[in-house]
Amino acid sequence: MAKRIDTSGLDVFYGDFKAVEDVSLTVEPRSVTAFIGPSGCGKSTLLRTFNRMHEVVPGGRVAGKVLLDDEDLYAEGVDPVAVRRTVGMVFQRPNPFPTMSIYDNVASGLRLNGVKGRTLLDETVEQSLRRANLWEEVKDRLNKAGSGLSGGQQQRLCIARAIAVEPQVLLMDEPCSALDPISTLAIEDLIFELKNRYTIVIVTHNMQQAARVSDRTAFFTIAGAGKPGRLIEIGDTAEMFSRPSERATEDYITGRFG
Amino acid sequence: MRGAGLAVVLLVALVGIFLTWKAVPSLLHNKAPFLTSRVWSPDTNPPRFGIAALLWTTVISSIVAMLLAVPVAVGVALFITQYAPKRLATPVAYVVDLLAAVPSIIFGLWGIAVLGPVLAAPNSGLRQGIENSLGWIPLFSSTGVSAGNVFLASIVLAIMILPIVTALSREVFLQVPRANIEAAQALGATKWETIRMAVLPFGRPGVISASMLGLGRALGETIAVTIILSTPNIGAPFDPSLWAGGETFASKIANAAGEFDTPQKTGAYISAGLVLFVVTFAVNAVARVVISRRKEV
Ligand SMILES: Nc1ncnc2c1ncn2[C@@H]1O[C@H](COP(=O)(O)OP(=O)(O)O)[C@@H](O)[C@H]1O
Ligand SMILES: [Mg+2]
Repeated sequence: MAKRIDTSGLDVFYGDFKAVEDVSLTVEPRSVTAFIGPSGCGKSTLLRTFNRMHEVVPGGRVAGKVLLDDEDLYAEGVDPVAVRRTVGMVFQRPNPFPTMSIYDNVASGLRLNGVKGRTLLDETVEQSLRRANLWEEVKDRLNKAGSGLSGGQQQRLCIARAIAVEPQVLLMDEPCSALDPISTLAIEDLIFELKNRYTIVIVTHNMQQAARVSDRTAFFTIAGAGKPGRLIEIGDTAEMFSRPSERATEDYITGRFG
Repeated sequence: MRGAGLAVVLLVALVGIFLTWKAVPSLLHNKAPFLTSRVWSPDTNPPRFGIAALLWTTVISSIVAMLLAVPVAVGVALFITQYAPKRLATPVAYVVDLLAAVPSIIFGLWGIAVLGPVLAAPNSGLRQGIENSLGWIPLFSSTGVSAGNVFLASIVLAIMILPIVTALSREVFLQVPRANIEAAQALGATKWETIRMAVLPFGRPGVISASMLGLGRALGETIAVTIILSTPNIGAPFDPSLWAGGETFASKIANAAGEFDTPQKTGAYISAGLVLFVVTFAVNAVARVVISRRKEV
């Protein structure tokens, strides 16, 4: 069930360093929201607060609220492990488990959730690989190592692994930055299909990509080194790319800055 | 680097050749099957000696030591690298490393003076517990307990190889790529699940080779084993139980070192040493192969 994300007054810290300041935004369900902005402005940091992965970094903490529908992800008693089971993540570099087969990679999340039945596993693995547009390429070698695939295939394998557990939200941190143009297109097509089922947030440094895949775009920037990143504006992608309401956004997307 | 490596290979080869050269005359005169016989009378005429009992005690004491040490070492290494906060991890790692600096004679003394009496006491709870749970394995069944039994030697050996196995395991666990760990965490893996999905699979070849290196060390350990193991009486029937005494290659040679009076007798002991050399070399070679295979992928 795709869910909405709401943040209000969110500050994100690494120890004493405030990396992101005062972010209030809404991510709509069943749509793609792109985070753009110059490097170092805190896009990844913010994204990782949505599944509480930010805390795995020593000193990582937040102040403010992140709501998944109406549930506060940082409320007392919320188990970060449980949050991560419902908010999936795809990383910048494809990271399939190197010692696991393709099948086991996709099944790994299900097994964590206690799924044991062979038929259910088989079905879900196939379905996830189909949704990740990878099934036809790997169906004859499901028991081979996932690390033997090409970079683009590995990234789609990671997407299959993430969606196998039917997450409510799918977070993608520059999922195409390590891929060639053809693989990038394949992933973009996939994102377009996936948004019918999931809430997707994608970080990208590629403006064309944001324009192609996203429904809404959030633009962040940073006042200078050592300063926290801030949200400048968020809105409809087509609107933002044709008529940005902030000067900083216009400068960035027309390439005059960043 | 290359030159030094070559020199070492040459040195090892020379040692091997020297041992073989000294051993061959005795082996030619030997009237017992060298590899399968358990008799050891190298100074009769003709000499009769075989290494079966030595090989058994050496290998079994070392394997049991490895089986005892590896789970503890992996546990400690996981604790240090995955669980403990830094201010606890550093001292624990330090203490384990410190164990490696204790001379083996001290471990031997501790084994014989402290642990031995506990294990061999007629009402030893530890021993009875082991016998009750594992007695169905012939190795653990006993007809009597020797004060210097093989199991005692194994425990002491386990403690002695613990630092190296822990240190090497710790090293590989630290090398697990962040990406693998984050992949598991992002799926909602708990700490332990992350260890099982990302840390242990990545570390496995390293742990295996660390265990082999530990095994190699246990096989050749001399002084602690020599002072711990009770030497069976001459002519006593061979008892393969872990509760019996026995002799390893190293302890046999060390015990006899004062009486190498004839080349024939010396040659017999050198033949035994040669077998130890080959076994240890093979175990270490396997460990190296496992390590280098992992580096390739
Ligand atoms: N693990 C970390 N520890 C400390 N500071 C970090 C860490 N990761 C990122 N930062 C800092 O946080 C800020 C935002 O980084 P990041 O979220 O990676 O930006 P972006 O993804 O937009 O390029 C940067 O100043 C960066 O140096
Ligand atoms: Mg980033």
